[in-house]
Amino acid sequence: MQENDIWSECETYDREQFRKVQSERLVDTVKRVYEKVPHYKNKFDQHGVSVEDIKSVDDLSKLPFTEKKDFRDNYPFGLFAVPQKQIVRFHASSGTTGKPTVVGYTKNDMTMWSEMIARIVTMAGVTDEDVAQISFGYGLFTGAFGLHQGLEHIGAAVIPMSSGNTEKQIMIMKDFHTTALISTPSYALHMAEIAREMGVDPKKDLFLKWGLFGGEGSTEAMRREINGAWGLLATENYGMSELIGPGVSGECLALKGMHINEDHFIPEIINPDTGEVLPEGAVGELVITTISKEALPIIRYRTSDITSLNYDKCDCGRTTVRMAKISGRSNDMLILGGVNVFPAQIEEVLFNVDGIGPHYQIKVFKQGYLDRIEVDVELIDANYLDSFGKLENLNQTIKHKLRTVLGIDAKVNLMQPRTLQRFEGKAKRVIDMREDK
Amino acid sequence: MIIKQLTVFLQNKSGRLEELTDILAKNNINISALSIAETEEYGIMRMIVSDHEKALEALKAAEFTVKTTDVVSIQCPDIPGALHETLKTLTNNGIDVSYMYGYSNGGTARLIMKINNPEKAMEIIENNL
Ligand SMILES: [Zn+2]
Repeated sequence: MQENDIWSECETYDREQFRKVQSERLVDTVKRVYEKVPHYKNKFDQHGVSVEDIKSVDDLSKLPFTEKKDFRDNYPFGLFAVPQKQIVRFHASSGTTGKPTVVGYTKNDMTMWSEMIARIVTMAGVTDEDVAQISFGYGLFTGAFGLHQGLEHIGAAVIPMSSGNTEKQIMIMKDFHTTALISTPSYALHMAEIAREMGVDPKKDLFLKWGLFGGEGSTEAMRREINGAWGLLATENYGMSELIGPGVSGECLALKGMHINEDHFIPEIINPDTGEVLPEGAVGELVITTISKEALPIIRYRTSDITSLNYDKCDCGRTTVRMAKISGRSNDMLILGGVNVFPAQIEEVLFNVDGIGPHYQIKVFKQGYLDRIEVDVELIDANYLDSFGKLENLNQTIKHKLRTVLGIDAKVNLMQPRTLQRFEGKAKRVIDMREDK
Repeated sequence: MIIKQLTVFLQNKSGRLEELTDILAKNNINISALSIAETEEYGIMRMIVSDHEKALEALKAAEFTVKTTDVVSIQCPDIPGALHETLKTLTNNGIDVSYMYGYSNGGTARLIMKINNPEKAMEIIENNL
């Protein structure tokens, strides 16, 4: 393991210090959301839990969960705990309907976010000597801006490249002597391919040392491939916009799990079917409570991500709890090139298209290193048979809706009726062929 | 004359066409002309059959996406230039053919043409050819 600095002394608290700060902040957060957010007041009341019941972090499990659905039901700003005047930034991610999940930040939230990222990039090896190229898409998604601020905060030189235009990415990398790459793991692999096609040997002609990957899960096999292709050291970081964006946790150079910034985010592992809190080390669904956010405090958010927690002290010297790589999803959410998509969203889009039947199948696979999605639908309206033009228009209409509503590029296959599999009970609509085999 | 054509959606997958011909055979339906226009993934099969109503019913029952379409059927001599004459006449009278297919047998050729205004096309053909 390579030696590197620890950004904040909070990362080396002992368990008692964590307990103390978590308890104080939790009590404060619960009080605030009860007073400021009608959704939480109603929910706590219905759940039969009062603000006074929450005295320490031990009482956390008395509180009701928050789910993605709650964001949808309170679209756009219903979960905010501060007046709009105090908001300095909005971000959004795709929701389970056409409406995105909207998040907001106060000035203090922005400072905290930068601080969280500063910790994570530091543990991934980055210092103020580094030139960091951010190849996440800039925009409503939290990834690019989140890393951007934190990297600037530690004094690294940031190149706000955004995603796409891969040949230019490689050129800039070469000319600006980029030492740290920030992207999704699949895009990193794709970029390496393009570099080689351009006659650039990433190991000899470029200067990369660190790769900070997030936005989608990855496997150890993928890490090996990235390390091998770029000659860098790849780490993974974790977050989601509902919680803050990137910055919830990140891997240190020991590569034995992602350190959660637990003085700001309290993790729990639950049985996704029963909601019961599982003991230390058990595998289950990750639930996170934010305890320092002002604009959008979130109580016991069900992330749907399956992982486990390890409280042992890490080789790197940090004491913050580590979460294992995400091994799956407790629901069927798909992450396609960093974009979250629920099959239900695709279903909704398809249901609103005339001419096709109610059955569909979603196939996901890797083409090169990129995620490709195909949607099979059945053509039931014979009026589209008048010409290929009509069929092609129908195909384009579906593609266009999937792109505008969900932000995904899918290939649409028109099938004969009765050719897609029918299901009794729970349908298996998604065939994900990306699994690491 | 104006006749009914069956238009069927077919996936480009082995066995699909056979499934269709099997249904027609079992219903004792004869195919007198057909064309398949296809892309990589799917095709549109167009055919003239002995009993289009029965065929439509049978294919619908088997859950094919199928419809009947009015098309123009004409006979022309099976000699060089005959098709050209026919098309030229239609074009000169402002009639566009969306698609066509045909066959020849015993000195005459039969053409099936999809035309937006089949009545007008028939009139022109009758008056000019
Ligand atoms: Zn560590």
